[in-house]
Amino acid sequence: MDAILQNFFNMEIASKAGVFLLKGLGMTLLLSAIVIPLGLLGGLAVAVLGSLKKKWLSVLLIVYVDFFRAFPPLVLLIFIYFGTPFLGLDIPKLLAVAIGFFLNTSSYYGEVFRAGIESIPKGQFEAARSTGLSGSQTLRFVILPQAVRNVLPDLISNTLEVIKLTSLASVVALPELLNNARQAQALTYNPTPIVLAALMYLVLLWPLVRLLSRLEHKSISMH
Amino acid sequence: MNPAMSGWDRFVFSFFNLDIARQYLPAIAKGFVTTVYLALAVIVAGVLLGLTLALLRSFRVKVANFFIIMFADIMRALPPLVLIILLFFALPYAGASLSAFAATWVALSLVLAAFAEEIFWAGIVAVPRGQWEAARSTGLSRAQTLAFVVLPQAVRMTIPPLTNRVISITKGTALGSVVALSEILNQASSSASQAGNATPMTVGALAYLLLFIPVVIFGRWVETRFVWKK
Repeated sequence: MDAILQNFFNMEIASKAGVFLLKGLGMTLLLSAIVIPLGLLGGLAVAVLGSLKKKWLSVLLIVYVDFFRAFPPLVLLIFIYFGTPFLGLDIPKLLAVAIGFFLNTSSYYGEVFRAGIESIPKGQFEAARSTGLSGSQTLRFVILPQAVRNVLPDLISNTLEVIKLTSLASVVALPELLNNARQAQALTYNPTPIVLAALMYLVLLWPLVRLLSRLEHKSISMH
Repeated sequence: MNPAMSGWDRFVFSFFNLDIARQYLPAIAKGFVTTVYLALAVIVAGVLLGLTLALLRSFRVKVANFFIIMFADIMRALPPLVLIILLFFALPYAGASLSAFAATWVALSLVLAAFAEEIFWAGIVAVPRGQWEAARSTGLSRAQTLAFVVLPQAVRMTIPPLTNRVISITKGTALGSVVALSEILNQASSSASQAGNATPMTVGALAYLLLFIPVVIFGRWVETRFVWKK
């Protein structure tokens, strides 16, 4: 028992590494604050363009979405980060991470928004257009508000995945929570910092998981 | 590399170098086998454990359900990479070390089990209460009701979300590269640094496309095939 406390819940090490881990947590939040809005916007653009029903455009979008959903996000990240120097480009870490995550996230959000738009009956488009609303007004004021409500649990679920995804940035040594925890572990020869980081992720994401469980059960019992 | 090369030649030389591709293909093919093997092991263990937990939960024993829900919540809230690193780097301090393969397998299976449990459970709950009562009143036991009446209806509903979840978690096999498991990504990136050329990464990326494009398209088909009809 004592050995377990010494190794996994070592207070001395926890208090030493605490500030460093909190800095990492800050970077995790910053990264999420960059990637989530970009991914949402990109996904919305994919879904709206897809709803225009232009054949060639739809094919292009499906190729984009399936292509980036087929790659494990870590592969994308490493490809961008270690591949670009071969092109003679030297892009900052944060940018490489943001691009990799954007390609992945926008594809997933795109699928969610598409399902939302498709869940709105065609009559809604026609009724809105016949009242004199333009195509883009119909989309903005009639279709999207309902579409978003219909897929809200999926949007939240995907957002939870995006925040968890940011932990991959540790692989290219971006100083986010997991990266800092691993560094602190290597310095102290003690896994307490990793346990502490795991607890921070839990505190951050557990409310989202709870919310999601409640929304999902509610949406099923409504059927 | 010849410094006089044009931008395009340099790009082809660095990313689509056939000689280098040929040289490192066997290593990446080996990684491919490991990835497939790991993915299958994760799917089997994760789905079975998830189903078992959902079935246990349907007996509505308070203490058991508390632990099942806690397990599912924790595994859904933790990033899988954190879990892999905990198992691989922290567990040895408790005197139990896992190989890179075992650590990745256990971590991803637990995560998949948590999501699968929630999906199966949602399916079980969605079967109307009257079905339970009708089945029980015909003389079926609780377990029989579950096996022959509730589950067949519940599983149908769970197929699309479960398929999507299985796909996204099997892509997590790439995370094994962080603990030096020789799967596709690890083989590709170590080959690339050995060769001083990005071509092995391109080959690795193609290997992932070969593996997952059919899976993603299958997922799309499942979504339209098993739509929940109200």
